[in-house]
Amino acid sequence: MREIQAADVVEAVAQMCMKGNTELPQDVRRKFEQAMAEETSPAAKEVLRQLLENADLSLETKLPLCQDCGLAVFYVEVGDDCKVVGGNLRELINEGVRKGYADGYLRKSACDPLTRANTGDGTPAIIHFDMVPGDRLKIAYMAKGGGAENMSRVTMLAPAQGWEGIKKFVVNRVAEAGPNPCPPTVIGIGVGGTFEHAAKIAKKSLLRTLDDTHPDPKIAALEKELEEALNGLGIGPMGLGGKTTVLGVKITMEPCHLASLPLAVNVQCHSQRHEEVVL
Amino acid sequence: MAEYKLTTPLTDEDIEQLKAGDVVFLSGTIHSARDAAHKKLFDLLDAGKELPFELEGSAIYYVGPSPAPPGRPIGSAGPTTSYRMDTYAPRLHALGMKASIGKGKRSDEVKAAMKEHKGVYFGATGGAGALLSNSIVESTVIAFEELGPEAIRAMKVKDFPLLVINDCHGGELYVKPKLDTAE
Repeated sequence: MREIQAADVVEAVAQMCMKGNTELPQDVRRKFEQAMAEETSPAAKEVLRQLLENADLSLETKLPLCQDCGLAVFYVEVGDDCKVVGGNLRELINEGVRKGYADGYLRKSACDPLTRANTGDGTPAIIHFDMVPGDRLKIAYMAKGGGAENMSRVTMLAPAQGWEGIKKFVVNRVAEAGPNPCPPTVIGIGVGGTFEHAAKIAKKSLLRTLDDTHPDPKIAALEKELEEALNGLGIGPMGLGGKTTVLGVKITMEPCHLASLPLAVNVQCHSQRHEEVVL
Repeated sequence: MAEYKLTTPLTDEDIEQLKAGDVVFLSGTIHSARDAAHKKLFDLLDAGKELPFELEGSAIYYVGPSPAPPGRPIGSAGPTTSYRMDTYAPRLHALGMKASIGKGKRSDEVKAAMKEHKGVYFGATGGAGALLSNSIVESTVIAFEELGPEAIRAMKVKDFPLLVINDCHGGELYVKPKLDTAE
């Protein structure tokens, strides 16, 4: 049984929180540059120019890209043959969040749902655990901002609605959200499983890089079809019009109950902040 | 699309000349307030008490900045989504607020209040918080410190870059999604 030290987990999580909030992922930067070359409207170009300048400034000053440093969301894969020693894994991840959000001068946005009292340290993080073969611990972090998260939806379609029903729901959702979630967005889609599982896999889809292609060619084709449909909406960067309404569409599809067709649409803002570490 | 340099407090004349799509560089003092701060402001209004800042001619920025690191007046400070403040904005416009600054769509009630009371809705680039913080030269918490990132701050701004999204003549900059093309 491989042993992983508690302090290494805390430090890795703290570093991911800080890096994730201040360094625009390279694949997103490339998409911005590509979109800038393709956009013809001056407003769309100006928004993208500002976002690139913002990314440079964050790198230089270590100020977070966005004041909303998100609720900290983690997808954790724990290998069967490894063991964290010196602390409970959930507690260690929360400890890392506390450290990273404090040391990085990141905004702590976790609060009580009714009194709205801030918990003060960015915790509790939202943590999804998964047991996998092997002796590694993989921790993926996502900074999930409220503006984009609020535009997300889960629905239970009838099986007969099929792909056409899924497509219609997603297109209408993105159209309705319009400028609110900071387009160009990344759309994570979960199809199948159950009510809560669809939401979980929709969000997990957002951990993929923008320029990868889904390994299943059928799903890759559906992602492309949706991406083209959503860009056809013309919402554009920050809703000011243009060709770039989404930077990408990522679908995860899993088996579901024969009576159900669960669908979740998780919207992510343009900076698509996520990090991953393998211990 | 015209470009204007305006300074707070804003007047009816400042607002009337603006059209959706115009670029405005705003200077002077603006106040931050978002969800929880608005609720507290309304509690004060309902109790007949004074507000922590003068509403007449004011510009409210919907922002909850990240903490200021050493050597900077403020952390990252981009706009939050405005619709959550839609229930509050009409009454504030009626009481003298001239401008709100945020991102995303406004309700018909807010648009009507801007027409009636000569108000404007400015958009700032969402997610460009580090960049926008460069236009904020000073920031002081003036009320509701207990709200942390949601406290009300007086922010001194210099040439804060804004776009007119909704003007007082009924104009709007946001595009209508082309559902026909998409399907």
